[in-house]
This record gives sequence, structure tokens and C-alpha cells, in this order.
Amino acid sequence: MTSYTAQELMVAVASREISDGDLVFVGMRLPILAYAVARNAHAPTARGLFEVGLMRDQPAAGFLGTMGDPPNVAGALWATRMSNAMALMAQGRVDLGFIGGAEVDRFGNLNTSYVGDPRRPKVKLPGSGGGADIAVLSRRWVTLMTHERRRLVERVSFVTSPGHGDGTPGWRGRNGLLGDGPVAIITTLGVLRFPPGGGEAHLASVHPGHAVDEVRRETGWELKVAEDLKETSAPTGAELAAIRRFDPEGFWTRN
Amino acid sequence: MAQAIERFVPDGASVALGVALEPMIPFAAGHEMIRQGRRDLELVGPISDTLFDQLIGAGCARRVTAAWVGNVSEGLGHCYRRACEQGVPRSLEVHDHSNFSISLALWAAAWNVPSLPTRTLLGSDILRTNPGLSATDGLVHVQAVRPDVTIVHVQRADELGRAHAWGPLGITEEAGLAAERVIVTCEEVVAPEVTLSDPNRIIFPETKVVAVVHEPGGAHPSPVQGHFQRDHAFYREYAAQSRSVEGFGAWLRKWVLDVPDRAAYLRQIDLDSVRIKHHLPSTPADYGYD
Repeated sequence: MTSYTAQELMVAVASREISDGDLVFVGMRLPILAYAVARNAHAPTARGLFEVGLMRDQPAAGFLGTMGDPPNVAGALWATRMSNAMALMAQGRVDLGFIGGAEVDRFGNLNTSYVGDPRRPKVKLPGSGGGADIAVLSRRWVTLMTHERRRLVERVSFVTSPGHGDGTPGWRGRNGLLGDGPVAIITTLGVLRFPPGGGEAHLASVHPGHAVDEVRRETGWELKVAEDLKETSAPTGAELAAIRRFDPEGFWTRN
Repeated sequence: MAQAIERFVPDGASVALGVALEPMIPFAAGHEMIRQGRRDLELVGPISDTLFDQLIGAGCARRVTAAWVGNVSEGLGHCYRRACEQGVPRSLEVHDHSNFSISLALWAAAWNVPSLPTRTLLGSDILRTNPGLSATDGLVHVQAVRPDVTIVHVQRADELGRAHAWGPLGITEEAGLAAERVIVTCEEVVAPEVTLSDPNRIIFPETKVVAVVHEPGGAHPSPVQGHFQRDHAFYREYAAQSRSVEGFGAWLRKWVLDVPDRAAYLRQIDLDSVRIKHHLPSTPADYGYD
């Protein structure tokens, strides 16, 4: 059996969320790799949109530390201003977005701003970036994070990027948010999914080598488990080869 | 550079920086503000890849109006954390935005209207902590943000203020139009014949530009298309050193306070290791007219 890191598995799982033909709002870090993997495998006509002001088809030829790095600009389909990229998302033309999070709650709301009271926070996190925009405007989105009890919490103390709000069905529509909101939380231990129409996350698959008990222990709420719980498919050889081609030194996936 | 900062960035000014997001961040200009001991600045920008963190750590800022402050490839901004969590070296007022809303706030100022409506940020608590954002009737109203000065680093400009930039522009255009004045720092100063040969590539009206500073390498460690790659290792080292107040102090002395200018800073690094070697010029556009 080929060995792989938790990050490599997360990238592979994230890449499978991308359908062929999708316009993907690609976030930083692991999603950049997920896009590259999908594009080289099952989504050869997907396009990537980057908030810095870029649209691409082929993944960049060189390593990317940020989406604005020169290899991501060379060969772009469009180099423009950020508000133009946001315009497409505001029109509902972005099929899938990725958002990183420090904290997520059972309804998929993300906090990347403040732990504790915003006036005197225990931890000041960097902020929204484009996260809140993706959360409100993209058709559907996925978040990736390390699975720890302090990160997967009952309720986030600050909603930077709204998911399914208070968890009641139709919360997003009632509050004027576009799109279907979060569809999956991909963690280092498993994949949590949401019911159609919004609501509470449940464990849909557990990664190879991990147990449901462990996932529950590391989750800050009474986690529901899908009746048809599966084991997450391990990264294929082709997926791993693609990941290692775009992250040759393991900057994102082996640290 | 010293003259431009001295003259156009007074204490208490609202300054937009890093408006192209990760590329072309005017680090040399920011470092000059630190050297001159600027105080009480309002820092305006979308994401700030360590420059805001450095200005905050050096005690230059009273307010941050931004979507994100940290280190894009490494994560948290340690000086930003210390300022918000402990008031070190001083407390900081934060006006949170998203990338889209800070763009709209600048467009509102550019178009001289009090606010612009959008759907973004509906359902976000950012509406609770930023007094410049409010929601009514299913729309968020983003109040105008009007910087006193916007500072950009670009590939080339002429002495009369016509700046050419290429690659993704982030919120560069709205930041320039919204600001009272613009300072341009550049890799190359070129003749007006060069800039005027491609007016579509001029990013601001020359009437906004008050200073053009020839500052090659002035965006290091951020990338400049056609000139420099991003210096990832430099960001990593900053993240490690700025973790403690003492480490940040040592970093600041080495790279800012103990160097007189950018040329001296550049002598401490191997700029050739990030210099772009394979060039890909575009095909010129034909502006023929008769």
C-alpha cells in the first residue's frame, strides 16, 4: 500500500468535489492543489477563478506559495481586477468554492476572525479574506480543516463566513444568501456532509486508519453518523502523482 | 522614497497598501514609514501579506480597515495578534471587511457616493463589528472608504506618473481612484513614449499621482510579474522570528531600522535567487488611427 499524508488525502477528497465543467473559486493552500489534481483527472474542462483577479484552465506550471505568484499568471485565461472575479460569483456563476477555517460549527458556520470577545479577543485570527464572499455567493462550498475538538465546535463565537446559520431549514434563503452553502467539511479524520436544504453536519465517511469513536471524541458536539457510513477512498496513485508534481517539496502536504 | 513618504504620508493618514493582494506589495515604502516613525496611521487594504503586520508591530498603526491580516503562506500575523489581544505595542481598532466589501468601499469613494449595496456579508458577524457596514431589506450597505494616499509598486512608470502594471490587479484601480493622492514605486522608470504607447495599461489617471519613486526590488519579498518570484523562505523566516516581541524587534532592526534605504536592504539578500530569468513578453497592441 502506498503511504500518504493526511493533507494528501484531504487534497484528493477535495478534488473529487470538483465536477467537470465547474467554475471553481480556488482558495489558498490545499484547494490550489485540489484544483490541479481534478483538472488532470476527472475534470479536464473545469476552470479556476482566483480572487486576486485571475481565471485559468490548466494549473500553473510552477509551485505556488500564493495565488498571485507569477506561474499562476502566465497562461491565464483572464488577468483582471478582483471585483470582476467577484461579479461572476455574485451572478451565481461560481459552481464551487473552497474556504479555509479555524473553527467550524455543526451548521457549517466558519470563524476566521475572533476567538472570544471581539473587543478583547483571546485569539485574533487573520479575518475573512474572500471567505465570507464565497460563503454567501458561491453555489456550493467546501471547507478543509484539521479535525480537533477546539476547531469543530458546537457554535462558533463569531460567524465570519455563514454556513447554514441557526440550522433551521431554509435559513440561507430567508436571509437573502445566495447558493446552497456548505456541502462538506473535509478534515484530517473524515468527511462531514450536510442534508440538502441545510441543517446539521453528519459524518459521511471516515478516513482509512481512523475510527468513528476517535472522530466523535475530536468533535465538539454530539456528532451524528450516517447510516451508510463509508470509509473514505484512499488517494489513487494518479492523484498522489499529481499532488506531488504540484507540491514537489511537500510545502503544503508534508509539513 | 524618503522624500515622498515625508511629504505625502503624515502622521494620522489613511494609507492603502498591498492593493494588488499578494503580488507587488510596496514593502520599501512601508519600511520607510517605519523608519520615519509614522504614528496613528489607518491601514487600508484587502489581504496584507505581512506588511500590515510589520507596520502594526512597529507601532505605526491606530486602525486597520482590511479583510485579512497575516502571512499568506505561513498563517497568522503575530504582531497583529499581539496588538489585538494584548495591546502590544499599542491597541488597534479593527474595521473588518471581506475582500469584496473593501473593494466596494473603495469603489463607493471612487464614485463619490456614501455607500454601495451588495449581497455579500449577509449573515456574517462582520456586520456587527464594523460600523461602516449595515444591512437593510436584504442588502448590505458598504460605506465609502477614502484613503488619503494609496501606494503601489508596479513594473514601470514614467516621470509624469503614468504607471503600467500587469498581472492580476486586485483592488488597485479602485484604491487609486478613491484616494486623495497616489504614490507609485516602480522597477523601471521609462520614457513617456513607452507608457503612452499602451494607454490601456495605465492603471491610474496621472492627475492622481503625486510621486514616482524608482525603487527596483521595492516589493521584495512579494512577487513582481516579469521581474521577481515570491521569496517564500523570507516569509517563513519572518513568521518564525515575529512569533516573539524580541524576535520581531531583531527582525525589524536587521531589515528596516538599521538599513538607511532599500538599496542597503537588498545588499543583505540574494536577489538573483528570486529573479525571473525566462521572459514572456506579450504581443504589442496596434493603436493605429489613420
